[in-house]
Amino acid sequence: MKVHIDEHKCVASGQCVLVAPDVFDQRDEDGVAVLLDDSPTPDKAGQIQEAVVICPGAAIRLDRA
Amino acid sequence: MRRVVVVGASAAGLATAAALRQQGFGGLITMIGDEPHLPYDRPPLSKQVLTGQWDAERLLLRPESDLKAMNLDLRLGVSATAVDRTARTVTLAHGGTVPYDALVIATGVRPRLLPGGHGRPGVHVLRTREDALALRDRLGDGRRLVIIGGGFLGTEVAAAARQRGADVTIVESGAEPLARIIGRAAGRFITGIHRDRGVRILTGLKAETFDTADGAVTGVRLDDGRTLPADDVLVATGSVPNTDWLRGSGLDIDDGLLCDAHGRCAPGIHAAGDVARWFNPLFGRAIRVEHRTSASEQGIAVARDLLTPATPQPAAPVPYFWTDQYEVKVQSHGYLPGHEESAVLDGDLAEGRALIGYRRGRHLTGVLAIGMPAKDVRPWRAAVARRTEWAAVTSAPTPAR
Repeated sequence: MKVHIDEHKCVASGQCVLVAPDVFDQRDEDGVAVLLDDSPTPDKAGQIQEAVVICPGAAIRLDRA
Repeated sequence: MRRVVVVGASAAGLATAAALRQQGFGGLITMIGDEPHLPYDRPPLSKQVLTGQWDAERLLLRPESDLKAMNLDLRLGVSATAVDRTARTVTLAHGGTVPYDALVIATGVRPRLLPGGHGRPGVHVLRTREDALALRDRLGDGRRLVIIGGGFLGTEVAAAARQRGADVTIVESGAEPLARIIGRAAGRFITGIHRDRGVRILTGLKAETFDTADGAVTGVRLDDGRTLPADDVLVATGSVPNTDWLRGSGLDIDDGLLCDAHGRCAPGIHAAGDVARWFNPLFGRAIRVEHRTSASEQGIAVARDLLTPATPQPAAPVPYFWTDQYEVKVQSHGYLPGHEESAVLDGDLAEGRALIGYRRGRHLTGVLAIGMPAKDVRPWRAAVARRTEWAAVTSAPTPAR
């Protein structure tokens, strides 16, 4: 399982951090989302999928390879 | 429940469908959208699309492969014209009907129009991808754009148009652009940014008619008698929920579809997104919120309620929006319209960096952050979610972490 963030689409809302705080954080300088863990364990899948849907910039993608 | 019909194929409709699949729903999902495009995102239309930074292909909400994996019965370019609540069917524009066990209404809003002028060359609204591309192609050095309405849409377009070198005038009927939502001090600050960038802002004035020559717009006549010459006019005076097709259905469609805290409008019917007026326990009333994030949150909540109706979880989301005004990022958590008081709780507007709090009743009901580090804003969302007393935030105005 691999998580991707499109930095150019991120609007720095921090919504992903609210639903998956172990996976996402925000950069100090501009609030753009960063990954704490780009290959999280499968138990995080639910949270990450919620982040994918909730992201107001449609900037998060989850690959389930 | 075997068959879910989602009317609306934009952010709220797609979030509902995606969440249904994620939560294990294996039945049929029919999604009906009146636009011919795969689900796309609207906030960039008035931002990156207008400035030309993005082409329309980047707007897709999900890659086509994701949509395929969701296995949707996707009906695009067709609108729903009626619902029969007894037969549990939705009627389509070309005449067919689609049966449902559960119906989700996510038909969004459309721009409010001014009488006389729409359809003429040079007169624009901005809601769809076609609208944005048409306006984008008309902007350029020295082109005169008059924007009627100084709300978020109008001001964002002004910023984008200035970046394209256009000559921009905003006509706002109130005392200050954005003031009705964010208050006068914050409205004045944002107005100041626009004036610094050369945007002309006229307040307390209304557009009355369009001047035309050979069918195309040449100017806007204001209610003080003055005429503003224009190559293009954008009407950005708010929006109207798309509920006309529900007339006679018996649903409450007074300013959007009235829903409870689960998004339920009637047995077997939910609504989500811009068209929905959800009861939000946090604010003690039903509010219709045209924010991108609410569309997703409500879609997810509707999916949950459809799949586990026996264990309802009332949603009390904290609305969130952002707007880009040149390089200044503005973010808000909470519900600002109808606030009774506002105060700067951190920073200083004079320094271009401030956190403004809004009170309704005894509580902090929203915050607006202008140029603040995003991370410093998040604790304030929690303060709104906790219904923090106004007295507590104004006496100790450091973030209520």
